[in-house]
Amino acid sequence: MAFILLVIVLALIWAAVTGSFSLMNLLLGFAVAVFAALFIRARVERPHLPRRLRRILVLAFLFFYELALSAWRVAVLVASPNMHAKLRPAIFAYPLTVKSDQEITLLANLMTLTPGTLSIDVAQDRSVIYVHALEMRDKDETIAGIKSGFEARIAEVFES
Amino acid sequence: MIDLLYYAAGVMLIVGALFSFLAVVGILRLPDLYTRAHAASKAGTVGSGLTLIAIALVSFDVSVALRAVVGIVFFMLTAPISAHLLSRAAYIAGYMPHSSTVLNELADAQKGDK
Amino acid sequence: MTGPEFLFLATTISLAVLTAAFVLTIYRIVVGPTLPDRVLALDMLIAVAIGYIVVVAIRTGFTLYLDIAISLGLVGFLSTVAFARFIHQRWQISQATADETPTQEARR
Repeated sequence: MAFILLVIVLALIWAAVTGSFSLMNLLLGFAVAVFAALFIRARVERPHLPRRLRRILVLAFLFFYELALSAWRVAVLVASPNMHAKLRPAIFAYPLTVKSDQEITLLANLMTLTPGTLSIDVAQDRSVIYVHALEMRDKDETIAGIKSGFEARIAEVFES
Repeated sequence: MIDLLYYAAGVMLIVGALFSFLAVVGILRLPDLYTRAHAASKAGTVGSGLTLIAIALVSFDVSVALRAVVGIVFFMLTAPISAHLLSRAAYIAGYMPHSSTVLNELADAQKGDK
Repeated sequence: MTGPEFLFLATTISLAVLTAAFVLTIYRIVVGPTLPDRVLALDMLIAVAIGYIVVVAIRTGFTLYLDIAISLGLVGFLSTVAFARFIHQRWQISQATADETPTQEARR
């Protein structure tokens, strides 16, 4: 079911990118899509697809909102004349609750594009991720914000 | 109605250019590599992303709009990775954060290792 | 003012702003002070250049420039990754040659 949906979407993207919706081109798109989808079949065939898709959408919207907010905050910070007074850089350890490779990668990437945080290093034992913050006010508050925001949403997406 | 698209695209171009400019101002004014990486990764991504949205709006061509969207997704994937890799390599190679840094738990952890 | 006229004016303004950004980035590349700072500024230079190319694509209506912008983004990403690896490895090599104490051996 999910496999067929993926093939149809890929074929339509193929037709859109090549710029022609003729029958032959659509058939070629289907052939390429089936070939490509065979490689990732094991990942696609998972239960609760609609619920997962909805959660991925929620995560994407949260991400775009936070990205706009963070770019705005950085822009305001560097444009303000008394920047050095506002600036409070810090590197703090963020305790990870998600454990798998994909989840940590996604969390580290999303963190970098959200307000005031930039992931620097992951500890060897994966217990903490070291995060650089631009305006550090309250460490516990920052950690709680990420925990209830991104990390909770990511865990929802990856739970099967 | 079509005019509205042109106006939206024009505003996005100017706002995107301003974000790129402010990212560069950040690179000039902020005190060390790690804070500069903040400016480059966030404001820089939004800056080039907005110009790509503008071209998707006014191209009136599905293939061009799709390529612009693919480009936005691509930049959003790569910008944090390069910022992360660069700051990690710089930290490991011993480029210390600026003295105004109020807290450094990574340095504390490394002291514990030794 | 009609829509296309406004868009043309907008491209002129953004080209001016992006040119200023370009020059300021080059200042950071020249001044440094450290290698990672310069690499970061080069990365930013590519981001500004992508914005520049896209604005020119809208101004001239020649959308093939979009592909050039995306390929430039790919090359810029790969070069930043390569530079990051270089910074890391240069440090490792300098540690290995300068200092042969057991702690350094153990860390590698």
